[in-house]
Amino acid sequence: MKTPAAAGRDAFDETGALAIIAAHAGLEGAALPVLHALQEAFGFIDKRNIPLIAAALNISKAEVHGVISFYHDFRGARPGRHVLKLCRAEACQSMGSESLAAHLAAAHGCAPGDTSADGALTIDNVYCLGNCALSPAALFDGEPVGRLDAARIDALVARSRGLAS
Amino acid sequence: MSARVFIPCDSSALSVGADAAARAIAQEAEKRGLAVEIVRTGSRGLFWLEPMIEVETAKGRLAYGPVSAGDAAALFDAGFLQGGAHPKALGAPEEIPFLKNQQRLIFARCGVTDPLSLADYRAHGGLAGLEKAIALGPKGTIEEVLASGLRGRGGAGFPTGIKWRTVAGEPAGQKYIVCNADEGDSGTFADRMLMEGDPFTLIEGMAIAGIACGADKGFVYIRSEYPHAFRMFEQAILKARAGGVLGAAVLGSPHSFDLEARLGAGAYICGEETSLLESLEGKRGQVRAKPPLPAIEGLFGKPTAINNVLSFASAPWILAHGAKAYAEFGMGRSRGTQPFQLAGNVKRGGLIELAFGVTIRRLVEEFGGGTHSGRPLRTVQVGGPLGAYFPDRLLDTPLDYEAMLEVKGMLGHGGIVVFDDSVDLARQARFAMEFCAIESCGKCTPCRIGSTRGVETLDKITAGVERDKNLAVLDDLCQLLTDGSLCALGGLTPIPVLSALTHFREDFHRPAQKATS
Ligand SMILES: Cc1cc2nc3c(=O)[nH]c(=O)nc-3n(C[C@H](O)[C@H](O)[C@H](O)COP(=O)(O)O)c2cc1C
Ligand code: SF4
Repeated sequence: MKTPAAAGRDAFDETGALAIIAAHAGLEGAALPVLHALQEAFGFIDKRNIPLIAAALNISKAEVHGVISFYHDFRGARPGRHVLKLCRAEACQSMGSESLAAHLAAAHGCAPGDTSADGALTIDNVYCLGNCALSPAALFDGEPVGRLDAARIDALVARSRGLAS
Repeated sequence: MSARVFIPCDSSALSVGADAAARAIAQEAEKRGLAVEIVRTGSRGLFWLEPMIEVETAKGRLAYGPVSAGDAAALFDAGFLQGGAHPKALGAPEEIPFLKNQQRLIFARCGVTDPLSLADYRAHGGLAGLEKAIALGPKGTIEEVLASGLRGRGGAGFPTGIKWRTVAGEPAGQKYIVCNADEGDSGTFADRMLMEGDPFTLIEGMAIAGIACGADKGFVYIRSEYPHAFRMFEQAILKARAGGVLGAAVLGSPHSFDLEARLGAGAYICGEETSLLESLEGKRGQVRAKPPLPAIEGLFGKPTAINNVLSFASAPWILAHGAKAYAEFGMGRSRGTQPFQLAGNVKRGGLIELAFGVTIRRLVEEFGGGTHSGRPLRTVQVGGPLGAYFPDRLLDTPLDYEAMLEVKGMLGHGGIVVFDDSVDLARQARFAMEFCAIESCGKCTPCRIGSTRGVETLDKITAGVERDKNLAVLDDLCQLLTDGSLCALGGLTPIPVLSALTHFREDFHRPAQKATS
């Protein structure tokens, strides 16, 4: 069962994609700037972009796919409405990030690497945000959050679900 | 005249509410009809005090921190604009022991100036190094960098002057300067702080390298986990161009040099220089075999000087003050200062720039004040995910490239991560293998597959399954990784694993319930 809105979200905006690709294709080594721009605009890299990128950069579709799949940043599917990038590296481990990851799974049903069932929140694992003196650290929709604890995690989850925090 | 208040916009400071504090102070000033000019700066690197704000008073700059939005009204009531007494008052920032006991050469301006004001930069000694390099010319500039003893700050410690001389010696034509701002090691943030807090120093250093090597184009490859640093640095490039620091005539000289910032895409291996070059070329970040060296065939096959942020950022000071003054700092073959980064479970974490040779213990105890949790310290990891876990008895080792090798560790990018006694070193060893598996570029079999075997073997060891046999397998696997890896990701992953095994063997012999994920 698809609502019209959901169908709209699945539509591929080829014109928009082509414009973005064209705007960056002239750079030296353009693949990453093109992919970042597409993901910035659409939230993920729809696979229907692959032949368009290949044509614009004069490389094979396999090469485009190879680049997309190599880098952890590029998504093949639309993420949740909010994204929490949770640092899982050593400095954050030393301050209890592993128990925060467990808390997210247990208390909010959303483990790192997953998107919550209501589509509100995607949690990505990242390895170092350079905020290691105020760990545990995360980025919430691109904004840095330091000294995370279960209460701050709960507040971020509430915010992602549109509840006051 | 309006009072000036300095509030960091460093991302660590933002992560604990610096923007909210700035808004609250602006609103409170408006409410009280006071003229206050808020200047956003980088961070001084005293992160446990962030958001640390400073006010300009007749007695000089005075600090308050950590300041939350809720403190704004009380600060005004206390007359903080004139340095009034308040429980959050810290006095003159330069007198705080953590800062006072440092030797800040590279980070002298960070947290002091407006990162995007070229006038501020000049007023605080900026561009003197670049002017000197223009006066000396390429040969003289390289001589100075060679004589300073500067070694690459990205981890390998290769002499920067020799690299630049190699690039300069290649036939004239398209050459590149590439800055490695991938800063992937956990526990490191100096590159980020500099790009956010004093980006012109990096720009100046790269322009000096451009003149030295005869390169007119530079790229800065910034990790995508640093969105804020990327935006700051892009703005700084625009300002530098508008101010004539970058462009067809660098500071009015016949040298042309321009820069472009590029975003990484979440791959640790792209910090390895050849992988980074592949990535900049728009490809998978797969490590290249060396030779050819990047200095001879680098970006797009052209001679390329690729250096860490801090290596470039050291050049302006060296040129401005002379190689001799720089080389007076340090010990043995490690000359100058290193911006160490103290992180993890530590009471006072932050940036500590000091001459090489300071002991780990001095940083952790005197500067850091012990663990954040208050529990006993158990181990300190130096040099990022490929660095060793040291026990207390090795904390008197001086931080210097060679001394670290002697205790089977490495200095890396100068990151120091503190752990209290709740740490399980078998788990940390497992993580080292897991990280290698996640981040392997896939070129070598020992790294691509051996790392996953390492995780499985460690799981068996901690589960008590044929422990002695599996310990032998792990040893063998580590030897294979050391000998059979093309780059240091596979090649050095055994360091954290073996250091954990050597110094904390008891953690590998715990009852079976320890063997959780
Ligand atoms: C797995 C791996 C990751 C690395 N990550 C970085 C990094 O994030 N930043 C960096 O400057 N160097 C990093 N390096 C070192 C670079 O390969 C290279 O030595 C350095 O960029 C050279 O610059 P320097 O001489 O100024 O240190 C890494 C090396 C390896 C093997
Ligand atoms: S050691 Fe690992 S990361 Fe390095 S080149 Fe080999 S496979 Fe790639």
